[in-house]
Amino acid sequence: MSDAAARPSPALRLPSLSALGPLLALILLVLLGAYLNDNFLSAGNITNVLARSAFIGMIAVGMTFVITSGGLDLSVGSMAAFIAGVMILAMNALLPTMGVGVPLILVGMGVALGVGLLAGLGNGLLVTRAGIEPFIVTLGTMGIFRSLVTWLADGGTISLDFAVRQLYRPVYYSGLLGIAWPILVFAAVAIAGQVAMRHTRFGRYCEAIGSNDKVALYSAVNVERIRLLTYVLLGLLVGLATIMYVPRLGSASGSTGMLWELEAIAAVIIGGTALKGGYGRVWGTVVGVLILSLIDNILILADLVSPYLNGAIQGVIIVLAVVLQRGKSSA
Amino acid sequence: MERRTFLTTGAIAAAAATAGLATPAAAQGKKAVIGVSIPSATHGFMGGLNWHAQETIKRLKATYPNLDFVLATAGAVGKQVNDIEDMMATRNIDALVVLPFESEPLTSPVKAVKDAGKWVTVVDRGLSQPGIEDLYVAGDNVAFGRVAGEYFKANLKSGAKIVVLRGIPTTLDNERVEAFQAAIKGSGIEIIDMQHGNWNRDKAFAVMQDYLSKHKKIDAVWAADDDMALGVMEAIAQAGRQKEMWIVGGAGMKEIIKRVMDKDPQIPVDVSYTPAQISTALEVTALRFVSDTPVYGRFIIGSTLITPENAAQFYFPNSPF
Repeated sequence: MSDAAARPSPALRLPSLSALGPLLALILLVLLGAYLNDNFLSAGNITNVLARSAFIGMIAVGMTFVITSGGLDLSVGSMAAFIAGVMILAMNALLPTMGVGVPLILVGMGVALGVGLLAGLGNGLLVTRAGIEPFIVTLGTMGIFRSLVTWLADGGTISLDFAVRQLYRPVYYSGLLGIAWPILVFAAVAIAGQVAMRHTRFGRYCEAIGSNDKVALYSAVNVERIRLLTYVLLGLLVGLATIMYVPRLGSASGSTGMLWELEAIAAVIIGGTALKGGYGRVWGTVVGVLILSLIDNILILADLVSPYLNGAIQGVIIVLAVVLQRGKSSA
Repeated sequence: MERRTFLTTGAIAAAAATAGLATPAAAQGKKAVIGVSIPSATHGFMGGLNWHAQETIKRLKATYPNLDFVLATAGAVGKQVNDIEDMMATRNIDALVVLPFESEPLTSPVKAVKDAGKWVTVVDRGLSQPGIEDLYVAGDNVAFGRVAGEYFKANLKSGAKIVVLRGIPTTLDNERVEAFQAAIKGSGIEIIDMQHGNWNRDKAFAVMQDYLSKHKKIDAVWAADDDMALGVMEAIAQAGRQKEMWIVGGAGMKEIIKRVMDKDPQIPVDVSYTPAQISTALEVTALRFVSDTPVYGRFIIGSTLITPENAAQFYFPNSPF
């Protein structure tokens, strides 16, 4: 809340220390990584980490809007697994008629975005029209999507046809000017998200609704529609993330996307968005995502502690990043 | 179609077990009812196990008309306890075949079944108190690690560098890794890294990527699970280092067995740890009710090296795993 109060600051003031908290944490992590391992800053490692972060990153950007407007979505990890499953099944089913080719992959991508949109719409309608708590709605759909993908896979793994896979593979592994596609798409999503949050009516309405939905309603904001839109947007972004994810391993199973929802929510909060809504920071979310995946990377590159304790170190750094950021503003 | 029948039989079994629709076994003459409680199909191995359970039940029902089965799958410990209690209360089971979700919390519910005078078969994960079960059927985790270790020892020179991906931190994982380490002892093979891949394809992919940027020289990978082996392969392919190292997974996933059959140099062998162990448990338990065969005791299914020569007998193309 104090963050929200501090935001409309005079144009020429430097960002406060609290806003720089996550960025500082990120810089410290990069320095630590470079100090611990020579290969940390190699192009290969940086590409790996960034490309890996892209899925959670795109989802987290969408999650920033949902949380900013006072909502929550626990279903995104299961949703990603479900979309991946449906997308692969659709491509495999159309293979005999369409043959291996770019049109088939485009149809697959369309299916992913379509299913994502519908899934987001479902969540959004249950929250806005049926008036059920977002936590409960998405806890329910989390279980539904996870079961559906397990059922579709018959308990095993849904695999993309090998020939299609070979054609689709470059979407994850190749890129433009040496930068991998997932990184480029993530960057585009992040920039668009930042612009939408800061410079459009939609972004302002999200903050207004999250801050106080009654006031927003009396100010002639269509609260229900904006809320619904945030869930649809998130669903679409989960679809987009799945489009980048499927060419990586070419498969989906009951364990695909496990705990992605928590990682995305953690990234949003580390980045400085208020969990109770009213204030969102998309660039902070991007920093949060990078912090999360760098910790993982460094722990494996460095052999600092017993692998049993990796989770504990991650927890400490997550809490520290938030403390760095909140310390100043709550004083 | 198979999926649909799976759904209906599953639903009927669950409904019968939970809602108490069934008539007591006594009313149907001498039919023996065998309750089967297993974890639900949330990942590859359990998916395979569920498939084998259903196939075996179908076969046994057709073979022995005086046997009836109640199958319940549980996604969590609490649900499994409820399932077992419901089987006792509403289906009057004569035997219980159970794969405990976790050993500790399942011990007293299963003991209650035993104390009620029923036959108990425990599969894969033991209970925390000895002597409850009449029959114990399991894979051999120690052999799972040892067989892999022996292959590494026989096929790598002294000074070779290998990396290991462990499963989810559990005692079962510890047994496997300790046996692997013991088997390569004295060979001069060096384990240069060991991290948890959680038996998960995505996690294994990320861990292997990090191994590859960290280590210039890796001669072989013990992925300790076929799902993880597939993630590892993809990371190696991305780095273009397929020629430098081979991978040994484990369990017997059909895609991996196929590669072993096809003599893929990257996947030379696999180590069995079959989800079909549930079939062994069901078949042997059934013998108790249809014959005078003594079936008390422990039945440990060996973990063997799957090579191109014997791979065909481990290949189940219809199984989801």
